[in-house]
Amino acid sequence: MPRASLAWSVAGLLAAVVLPWYALQEGLDSGVWLSGLWSSEDYASGLGQLLAHGRWWLAPVLLALAASSTVSLLPLERERQGPLLLLASGIGLVLFVAQALGIGLRGWTVDWLNILFGELDARQVGIGAGGALVFIALLSLLSIGLALRGGFGGDAFVAGAVTTVGASIVLFTAWPILRILLQAFQDGDGAFMPALLIDRLAVEKIWSLRCLVGGGRCGVAWNTLFLALACGAGTTALGLAFALIATRTSFAYKKTLRVLTVLPIITPPFVIGLALILVFGRSGLVNQFLEWSMGVPPTRWIYGFQGVFLAQLFAFTPVAFLVLIGVVDGVSPTLEEASQTLRADRWATFSTVSLPLMRPGLANAFLVGFIESIADFGNPIVLGGDYGVLSTEIYFAVVGAQLDYGRAAALALLLLVFALGAFFLQRHVVGTRSYATISGKGDSGLPTPLPDRARRTAQWIALPWAGITLLLYGFAFVGGLVKVWGRDYTPTLDHYAKAFAIERSADGLIWSGAAWNSFWTTVKLAAIAAPLTAALGLLAAWLLVRQRFAGRATLEFATMLSFAVPGTVIGVAYVFAFNVPPIEITGTAMIIVLCFIFRNMPVGVRAGMAAMSQIDRSLDEASLTLRGGAPQTLVYVVLPLLRPAIVGALVYGFVRAVTTVSAVVFLVTAEYELATTYIILRVINGDYGLAIAYSCALIVLMLAVILLIQLAVGERRLGRRAPQIQGGRA
Amino acid sequence: MKAAAAGIAFLFALSATTLTTPASAQGVLNVYCSVQVEWCTLLANEFQKASGVKVSITQKGSGETIAQLKAEAQNPKGDVWFGGTGDPHLQAAEEGLTEIYKSPKMSELHSWAVKQNTDSGGKTVGIYAGALGFGFNTELLAKKNAKAPACWADLLKPEFKGEIQMANPNSSGTAYVAIATLVQLMGEEKAFEYLKKMHANINAYTRSGTAPMKAVARGETMVSISFVHDGVTEALAGFPVKTATPCEGTGYEIGSMSIVKGARNMANAKKFHDWALTPEAQKLEAQAKQFQVPSNKATPLPPEAPKFADMKLIDYDQAKYGKSAERKRLIARWDSEVGALPKP
Repeated sequence: MPRASLAWSVAGLLAAVVLPWYALQEGLDSGVWLSGLWSSEDYASGLGQLLAHGRWWLAPVLLALAASSTVSLLPLERERQGPLLLLASGIGLVLFVAQALGIGLRGWTVDWLNILFGELDARQVGIGAGGALVFIALLSLLSIGLALRGGFGGDAFVAGAVTTVGASIVLFTAWPILRILLQAFQDGDGAFMPALLIDRLAVEKIWSLRCLVGGGRCGVAWNTLFLALACGAGTTALGLAFALIATRTSFAYKKTLRVLTVLPIITPPFVIGLALILVFGRSGLVNQFLEWSMGVPPTRWIYGFQGVFLAQLFAFTPVAFLVLIGVVDGVSPTLEEASQTLRADRWATFSTVSLPLMRPGLANAFLVGFIESIADFGNPIVLGGDYGVLSTEIYFAVVGAQLDYGRAAALALLLLVFALGAFFLQRHVVGTRSYATISGKGDSGLPTPLPDRARRTAQWIALPWAGITLLLYGFAFVGGLVKVWGRDYTPTLDHYAKAFAIERSADGLIWSGAAWNSFWTTVKLAAIAAPLTAALGLLAAWLLVRQRFAGRATLEFATMLSFAVPGTVIGVAYVFAFNVPPIEITGTAMIIVLCFIFRNMPVGVRAGMAAMSQIDRSLDEASLTLRGGAPQTLVYVVLPLLRPAIVGALVYGFVRAVTTVSAVVFLVTAEYELATTYIILRVINGDYGLAIAYSCALIVLMLAVILLIQLAVGERRLGRRAPQIQGGRA
Repeated sequence: MKAAAAGIAFLFALSATTLTTPASAQGVLNVYCSVQVEWCTLLANEFQKASGVKVSITQKGSGETIAQLKAEAQNPKGDVWFGGTGDPHLQAAEEGLTEIYKSPKMSELHSWAVKQNTDSGGKTVGIYAGALGFGFNTELLAKKNAKAPACWADLLKPEFKGEIQMANPNSSGTAYVAIATLVQLMGEEKAFEYLKKMHANINAYTRSGTAPMKAVARGETMVSISFVHDGVTEALAGFPVKTATPCEGTGYEIGSMSIVKGARNMANAKKFHDWALTPEAQKLEAQAKQFQVPSNKATPLPPEAPKFADMKLIDYDQAKYGKSAERKRLIARWDSEVGALPKP
């Protein structure tokens, strides 16, 4: 512990003296600040700002930092050092936050401070490297103080992890989101009027049920709910069919099936929707064929509920499959054999033993399908026609002719309520019953093959579905190789050339293709975000599952927050929160990376929690008994056992960062353009060939990345699993 | 914890390194650009060449741009907002998000572009105009042996039952222009009578304003109510699309340009503003294959462009129908009287 105290004290004090306190226009790597650490108002360090530039409000912060450092290094007894350190660093943090929020670009940020102290003509820009590091040092010293006092089992590592995860979630998830949701209760001038929420939500456009009683449209709330229920049920059923075929039959093309199920996850948005229009639309393949062969007049059935539902089934079934395959695999053959020994036939065994044991998996798959559906924006906008859902309604409340943030916030709140409702319903369905079928004890027997009836049903559902998926993707792939998709099918490589041309010149290669800039930005930012997403997500999962501390439930809820809020709302929330000091990062790559991390982290948390609850606690305890501390236990025991979850979180973090659209629309700039926003602009332009060509390139990139990650970890995974299965089933 | 803290420290360092704005002798300029992407790029490159100012251009739809301006109001990041339909520019002027500026080039502009400036209290100016009209798929028309619509009245014909698409005014500025045009053309009561009758022929009110023209191009609907210059773009891409402007008269949008209030590079913003109103800058539009009518009288018009001289344009009252109160009222009326009607 003294080593940690020393390290953080030194880091904090150094940061206050030799790093510029405020953010630099020129960037840290420019080095221009080195000569102006004391003299320049822009580049001065914390100490310089205080002494040379009259920023007196930094004095208490720096004093508290010095005090905390001194206390942490003095040879005091634990009982005295803990509270003292806690006090000093706590005061430092409070003062830090107070001055950062209180003094902004134009002096005091709130009116009553003006009245109290008079006008302040100094100004503060965003916090830079020095300020940020001082904040982190204070936070770390605080957690050391907490541990010294006996909090978190006296373990400084756990205390530090909790404060790190907690602080980052508060800063980058809770604060921006709550800030924008608050607008649901405010009028245009920011006055607080709770009654406005009712005005905004209690309208016929949201709640009308006229579509049920003949004629008229239903409200968007019902539309969203119907669609989400159908999508949840549909994806769960399809996912189950695929999972059963993959694990319980001798189906010959399982590998192909696996690849097919991954495809939609790594498809950039709009591709499926457009392919659906070209296949099932009024002038699409199917309708043309029906008209040509049987004289059926083409219809527009694809626009509306049916089309969106179909597109969502394609898009989200893979997620349900991935959730279910683990559960279906995990159902113990012992119980099924017991059932058969008791003279139940295969069907009775399946329906009364196997299926009920899959209940947690089914509930989870339904939850994921439900939430994905209500947050989906791309499919309803392409195929919805005039079937409005909440996510499109929110989008147009922000960017449409209304420009009403209050209404958008109110609708987002409603969406959040739906998501939470589904979340609690799922918990209720799974209940407290035990579904544990994997234990350390002998687990003999092989999985029972499916009863014929179930097998036939599963195959009849899954195989045509796989066929249509292949057709859609084949069709989309062709779109990048012909002149005008849906019109002129002359083969051409022009689109690829336009996007990815590389020219040779005397000075070397010139990346002259139009797409290279956004392509490399996307790869770079996604590659930075993915490991951080996985690390933070798994750390949070480890804390939530393995540690007991006050505020655990709140933390769990906060991690879920950004998952249930639609991307558009997150994007606007980030601009609102991070465009003004203290954290002024709009227009940088950092805000995009942060958005990726905190938007995608929830899935890492979920995956980590699920995987961790399968690992017996006794292993941790064994490590602790052998005098391993919490960090050693995490690194040498828990993490190696979590490899599949790590792979999953990494892959998901990367893939989502590459394919996400709605959240980053407001964050991209000329300098940091992303692949998806580029593609969308091409689509808006009617330039489908280029959009498709680019999407195909992204799909290939993501497949390569996934294969790379799995190849690297795959062997180790086999080595770990084989003996376990042998041991279990011997 | 060290790893996590290091991660966060790394992120801050990353931000510090990426905040870089390369210095240029003439300074920099951040443009929010709401026209088509090739046009935006041309503008950036040509202005950079002409002035030596380093231009960062971010392309976003006009709805997204005004949402961004509103969110950034306390600490603006953009300097000039170029292009996009006029209503959001008027709205930005009304909400005090943009700066008053009178360009010396004003005398060279068409009267509608100047009127946009006076209507907004000097905060925005017209850079191009595009007429509202119909787009239709010639192959589908031929298949049904239907005559192309030439007048608003034609859209009520039974052969177009379930064949017309227009956008939903709740989300689309294009649809609002259509409704405001009809109101000015026929009077409010008659206009709503008309919209209710036309409802029987509408197959969908799309969320996006440009979607109906795309649907026409792909044969998903026969007729759309759209800006006619969008049809030219689709036709050039190889789709069987033609356009017409209604014989009774039609309204138009005025693509506008505004300077962001509190812009960091105000001098360069004004320099760009003046330059964008010159014929040299406005010629770039045709180079980018866009076909609205440019606002400088001296800018040559490309031969493909729909010409205002061939159309019957109404005297569109931007001052009245661009106000948010009037817009809210008309949209609400449309919502309850037309949008809520059962599907035929």
